[in-house]
Amino acid sequence: MRAGGKLLLTGGISTVEGSGGGGLASWALIAGNETVDGIGGTVHATYVPLADYSLTSEGVAIGIRDRLELSYAHQRFDTQKVGAALGLGRGFSFQQDIIGAKLRLAGDAVIDQDSLLPQIAIGVQYHIADRDAVIHAIGGAHAKGTDFYLAATKVLLAQSLVLGGTVRLTKANQFGLLGFGGDAHNHYSAQFEGSAGLLVTRRLLLGGEYRTKPDNLRFAREDRALDLFAAYAVTRNLTATAAYVDLGDIATIRHQRGALLSLQANF
Amino acid sequence: MLALILALAAAATPVPPGEQPVDPYAAADANAGATPVAGQRLWHAFHEQPGVDRIVDSLVSRAIVDPRIAEIFKGQDIVRLRRTLKEQFCYLLGGGCRYSGREMAASHHNLGIQTKDFNALVDDLQQAMSRERVSPFAQNRLLAKLAPMKRSVVER
Ligand code: HEM
Repeated sequence: MRAGGKLLLTGGISTVEGSGGGGLASWALIAGNETVDGIGGTVHATYVPLADYSLTSEGVAIGIRDRLELSYAHQRFDTQKVGAALGLGRGFSFQQDIIGAKLRLAGDAVIDQDSLLPQIAIGVQYHIADRDAVIHAIGGAHAKGTDFYLAATKVLLAQSLVLGGTVRLTKANQFGLLGFGGDAHNHYSAQFEGSAGLLVTRRLLLGGEYRTKPDNLRFAREDRALDLFAAYAVTRNLTATAAYVDLGDIATIRHQRGALLSLQANF
Repeated sequence: MLALILALAAAATPVPPGEQPVDPYAAADANAGATPVAGQRLWHAFHEQPGVDRIVDSLVSRAIVDPRIAEIFKGQDIVRLRRTLKEQFCYLLGGGCRYSGREMAASHHNLGIQTKDFNALVDDLQQAMSRERVSPFAQNRLLAKLAPMKRSVVER
């Protein structure tokens, strides 16, 4: 087994859910610097300050032979002042643990430049949210839930483009922080994640992502999430990402826009 | 008889100065492993033959001392490698050269090249192209031609 050796940025960056991807959307790329001959991984810390809330995510991912990815992330969603307004208490936080696995099924996003076949992967994420009582009080059905996704990612080198699309079967309310399923809908729905980026240099990827989400809870309408990002490979082992994010309305509080700042170590 | 034919074929293709003789093979542009890009814009973006010569010389000079892959180049015909690589890049970039070298699978057979080695060479090439001030977009167009050759170069 040999460590390292992947081309810059081709392991993607860590999503807030821990999987290799963009910041919000899961991609078909396998995390870590390893190739088909080795093992690699990532460690990430992400901070998302929004107008009235903030989200942090820390996690690790292991990539095995550029084929299988195993990930773990811990999220903390701080309600800051809104917590008091919602009757939860100032600084009340929702947390969740997310355990993920992703398997590359076909294609190589970078090598297959002579065909349109993208890199294709399937993934699963098991979410465990910590606020059962509150989740049930706001109409959520479960504090635990499993997402399933199919992701396709293609690097179009001749155009310097990175394109991705993901279909996710999910019941998650606000990524799962507010539980799974609810009083309005309690069934799986197919949601879409799209990403597009331009390789401005071999170290810098500029792009955007769009992610639809279910709307399961009566008490508050849930919006799509989107971002505009710049991911920079500072070194082979360190990627820094800065993004503008718009998560829409969250738990009746309007217009949750802000930043996404992420540091990722790759090995 | 076969030995005689091979000897005749070898005699028919003179060995360029400084190079070792190689076993006879059928030369063809198709051996370059990809078709050329259309038009001359990319050729200009690479500063034509002088630019490609500088890039290949810088690539080879980097590769043979790159601790990740230097071992693979030990004892190989580096003079021939420089010449055929220049032809290949010129051909692929629309510079109008003929490629006289061997095909990719045959050239790299038994060298034990792994994915990591391939990516290391790409890394050296990117540095060589950047030094020549080829824009990242133009660089990626050449890389798009070379990337699928990994399937012929890497042993697996
Ligand atoms: C797309 C990538 C590559 C291209 C386009 C390429 C191109 C070439 C060409 C044109 C030749 C000479 C063919 C001939 O003598 O007729 C050659 C030979 C050679 N290449 Fe590559 N190569 C690639 C990848 C690699 C890699 C990754 C390595 C090692 C890290 C490597 C190591 C060698 C060596 C050692 C030779 C000399 C073999 C011999 O003389 O028997 N090449 N390559």
